[in-house]
Amino acid sequence: MTAAISLEAVDKWYGTRDKPVHALETTDLVVRQGEFVVLLGPSGCGKTTLLRMIGGLITPSHGRLRIMGRDLWNGDVRQSSAVSDLGMVFQDANLFPWLTIEDNIALPLELKNMPRQARLEQARRLTGLVGISGFEKRWPRELSGGMRQRAAIARALSYDPAILLMDEPFGALDAITRDQMNIELQRLWLETERTIVLVTHSIAEAVFLADRIVLLSPRPGRIDRIVDVKLPRPRALDVQTSPEFQDIVRDLRHRLEEIS
Amino acid sequence: MTNVKDQDKPTELPTGRVRAAAYMSWITTPLLCAVLIAVWSIYVAKSGISAFVLPAPGAVLRAWIDMLQSGRAWNDVLATVYATLAGFFWAVLAGIGLGVPIARVRWLEQTLNPFIIASQVLPKVALAPLFIVWFGFGITSKVLIAAILAFFPILTNTVLGVKSIDQGHRDVMISLNATRWQVFSRLELKSALPYIITGMEIGIVLALIGAIVSEYIGGDYGLGHLLISRMNAFETDGLFAVMIHMAVLGFIFYFGISALRRWLTPWHDSAR
Repeated sequence: MTAAISLEAVDKWYGTRDKPVHALETTDLVVRQGEFVVLLGPSGCGKTTLLRMIGGLITPSHGRLRIMGRDLWNGDVRQSSAVSDLGMVFQDANLFPWLTIEDNIALPLELKNMPRQARLEQARRLTGLVGISGFEKRWPRELSGGMRQRAAIARALSYDPAILLMDEPFGALDAITRDQMNIELQRLWLETERTIVLVTHSIAEAVFLADRIVLLSPRPGRIDRIVDVKLPRPRALDVQTSPEFQDIVRDLRHRLEEIS
Repeated sequence: MTNVKDQDKPTELPTGRVRAAAYMSWITTPLLCAVLIAVWSIYVAKSGISAFVLPAPGAVLRAWIDMLQSGRAWNDVLATVYATLAGFFWAVLAGIGLGVPIARVRWLEQTLNPFIIASQVLPKVALAPLFIVWFGFGITSKVLIAAILAFFPILTNTVLGVKSIDQGHRDVMISLNATRWQVFSRLELKSALPYIITGMEIGIVLALIGAIVSEYIGGDYGLGHLLISRMNAFETDGLFAVMIHMAVLGFIFYFGISALRRWLTPWHDSAR
């Protein structure tokens, strides 16, 4: 089976010619189809840079980046065939305030010229999937932060991408809502058998969600180690009190203290 | 996913008390107007002030009704409305047409900025005599003055609006591989619209001022001309009547744009 995401000798430099900043050292990474991978690390470790490169928002300085076996970049041109396999969810929901919830969810389909009736049908199906049925006609400002983030997830799923990229998607939510969103994200992932790459700086969130945790260290950003999490699925919040869970958390915390 | 829990429900919409406060002005405004007119009426009656200086409210009302019944005055109204709206139309077209590229292209902004600031600080009504020399006493010079006055607030607000677009919203469009046209039509224009309408709100009132001022100095029609002729005839009550006409026009234009705001940007805080 082709890898969902493959990076070969990818790196990223920022800044000017006189004062270049090495945001991400030469990196190789393969994400298998259906895998849940979490990028974890302190600030400045390049985890967001890495995710935004995979999402095609920034270009790698060197190396080759493939999505479902297809090159993401051809020179300076983003390849739409590869991008359509990617759905992005940001820390802020980034819903367009001038569109109702259903029109926001259907926006990607509108850009692909799907007829209005068909795309609204799809939007209604997705509001059910993410648990915001009945809010289709509301403005984003009328929804709570958690609900807006659900709508943003629905928007990313609207065109059925194979891969979901999430940049600290629940970072702006309160702890209770965040726990609940993590449980539901796991359910969504188990139901739809998608590949998910998620960025976080919360160790507990990483261990709870991930099949594999990619730990990154800062200055310059690079992969420090990759940790397998073999806890059984589906995981309930109680798993966090189990010795296996706490062992992984402790090891990660120690390593994070060393590299920060 | 399962449905949202209680702590994650949306905030409540405005309740009865907030709405009642919004309707307060329907009572307070007429009440305050009545008080002002009463004070005016009593002052004129008690002080014995000359009607050339301050006519009684009753005399002004009669002069206004006369004006409403006169066909000549309606032609003046139409001339002013035409100059205002035509000028405003060109100002909107030029303001948005120039504002979007200026906001997007850095060198264009840096090149044009000194000229924009220079023409901002110039009192633009000072151009009215020049335009009359160039374009004569016809409607063209009035439309131009109205357009130039309305142009700048629309331009600067359009630039501000396009520059204020959320980078997160841009990221969404990039991640969806949107075309340039899609980014412009689905994001930039929509996002800048509340700002553009704010510019239009200021612009429409300035367009009216431009039309009236250019009628002061050139031509023999329009509310501006009517005002000056009432002054020359020492008909102070007629002068007040023309002023009421102008104020009513200004209100209609302003509320027209406000209606446009509620219609085009019902999602924005400014439309609530």
